[in-house]
Amino acid sequence: MSKHRLLAMFKDFDDAFVVVDKIKAKSVSGVAVEDINMMSPIEHPEIDEKLGHRPVNIQYFTLMGAIFGITFGFFFLTSAQASFFLQPQGGKPVVPLPTNFVLMYEMLIFFGIWTTVFAFLGMSKLLRPRGTLYSEKLTVDEIGIVLEVDDDNLDSVKDFFKSNKALEIREEKV
Amino acid sequence: MSQVIQDKIIDEKLEWSRINSDVIASMQAPRKAYWITFAVCVSMLACAIAAEMYQYKMGLGAAALNNPHMWDMYIATFVFWIGMSHAGTLLSAILHIIHAQWRKPIYRFAEAMTTFSLMTAGFFPMIHLGRVWNLYWVLPYVSDRGIWPNFRSPLVWDAFAISTYLSASALFLFIGLIPDMAILRDHTTGWRKKLYGILCLGWRGDDRQWRNFRRTYMLMACFLIPLAISVHSIVSSDFAMSIMPGWHITTFPPYFVAGALYSGCAAIMTLFVCLRYFFRMEAYMTTNIMEKTCKLTFAIAMVWSYLNLVEFAATWYGHNLYDKELLLQKAYGPYAPIFWAMLFCGSVVPFALCFQKLRRHMPSVFVLSIVLQLGMYLERWMIVAPTLSLAHQPHQWDILWGSVIQWAIVFGSFGWFGILFLIFVKVFPCVSMYEVKELCFHLKHEIEEEELEKKHAQQKAGVRQQSGGTVPSGSAGLEGA
Repeated sequence: MSKHRLLAMFKDFDDAFVVVDKIKAKSVSGVAVEDINMMSPIEHPEIDEKLGHRPVNIQYFTLMGAIFGITFGFFFLTSAQASFFLQPQGGKPVVPLPTNFVLMYEMLIFFGIWTTVFAFLGMSKLLRPRGTLYSEKLTVDEIGIVLEVDDDNLDSVKDFFKSNKALEIREEKV
Repeated sequence: MSQVIQDKIIDEKLEWSRINSDVIASMQAPRKAYWITFAVCVSMLACAIAAEMYQYKMGLGAAALNNPHMWDMYIATFVFWIGMSHAGTLLSAILHIIHAQWRKPIYRFAEAMTTFSLMTAGFFPMIHLGRVWNLYWVLPYVSDRGIWPNFRSPLVWDAFAISTYLSASALFLFIGLIPDMAILRDHTTGWRKKLYGILCLGWRGDDRQWRNFRRTYMLMACFLIPLAISVHSIVSSDFAMSIMPGWHITTFPPYFVAGALYSGCAAIMTLFVCLRYFFRMEAYMTTNIMEKTCKLTFAIAMVWSYLNLVEFAATWYGHNLYDKELLLQKAYGPYAPIFWAMLFCGSVVPFALCFQKLRRHMPSVFVLSIVLQLGMYLERWMIVAPTLSLAHQPHQWDILWGSVIQWAIVFGSFGWFGILFLIFVKVFPCVSMYEVKELCFHLKHEIEEEELEKKHAQQKAGVRQQSGGTVPSGSAGLEGA
């Protein structure tokens, strides 16, 4: 059985949320709230409430990057300074930790930020083809709801969108 | 009028499609003043390039650098530009974390200012080296001689801190731009469409992207704040870690950070006025936002003034002969005019910002912001020059006012910054479109809620009157009394 992806456009968040609420209330067959993908020109705080908890895991990558940064900083500086073990230091420590902490701190931030950015690119599914199911009105003022539905439910879902003030419906075969 | 409506930072009735079209139109057709400023910046940069070439040919003596003036205006200007870069972090990261909504229409150009100030600052250590081609000596690369930079030196810390700050602030600027570039991709044509199509990285604006975007932005903001503070603390360590009089001061790091935020805010005021005029942004860069920026600048000016007093008091009561003598020399010696001008511009002039009429009058704000920045430049000059001129050994005392070459290069650095900034605001939106939409959206809802509450209160009062005009017994008693 083939699947279709539908994009329904709505005038504002209120209209889109009515649709989400109805799907939540299971008034549409073959569609669950977990399947909904909302597209909008801004981030509305209620989207998360309506769609339910969807995890964001970027912070773990940030933590790993930061830990790597400070560890790398320590070993990098220490190994560089260790080349002076054979030379007279005049009483100064060969590996001066207090001064190295400054650079380790910078490397913590450096690697923390870069891993955050790479994690963002990966987790947000950026740098991938946009597909045909997109409308330029999404970057103006309209709200989109994307759903993946079976052939059997395609017409009923379309009718459901139409009866709930959808301004436009686009579809593509998955 | 309610507080929400009175303090409205932007007209919430702005249509989202109008926000897009206004910003895009402004990028495509700025006023003539934009091009005139651009031409002035190019000629300023040309002066600097000519001076720099002359300095290469003749050596650093041409810039009047000698012993004891081994870096002089170059390092003062370096500190000035690093300081300017803190404005973006303040407006973008700190105000983002504390949810200050008024930053939204103006944070973009402040972030750009951060990146370009750092790029400008980075030139000065290179220029004062004289032999720029030996710059790579400061890089920690593996050489067959086993020679590494001295990691104990604050100058090497500088190299690490500034490169980290530059890359972090550029990434912060870029990440914040992604949703706007998607808007531009969808609503422009020609080379712009191609450029934004690549730079928006395939942004679609779905809920997954928004969620990850917000978390990323917040995480980066959390990193940027300590980073910015560490950068300027490290720059202050260039001075404070030495034993030179006037530099070996415990309060130098917070003093530098406060000075940086101060000059950054003043620069934001200047650029605010310019961009508002160049790009006809009156609907977005409103006088209410300018008022808030002015108040913030005033608060930081007072912190800076206080830290100045702390420094003077610590020097005076510390009874270190050299430090005390230097302080007296600053106040009464050859640098006295600059010293008093610095205090006047930095601590007295900001009191003009207490007047609402001035805060809302753009030409006045422009002039004030220039005076404040002048004060902050003089502050950096007063940190560097008197100590080098009047250090421990009286036989080395030598008053220096900078050569023409030095002045030309410093002057040209403003041109370089101006060129980068003006190109940026022409190619990328100086107002964050999606954040302004969010602002309008939330403001509209706030006002609607407030009006609903009012209606409810009125209805309740009406019902009470209809049901017999009962008045609480306590108040009746009071009236009777």
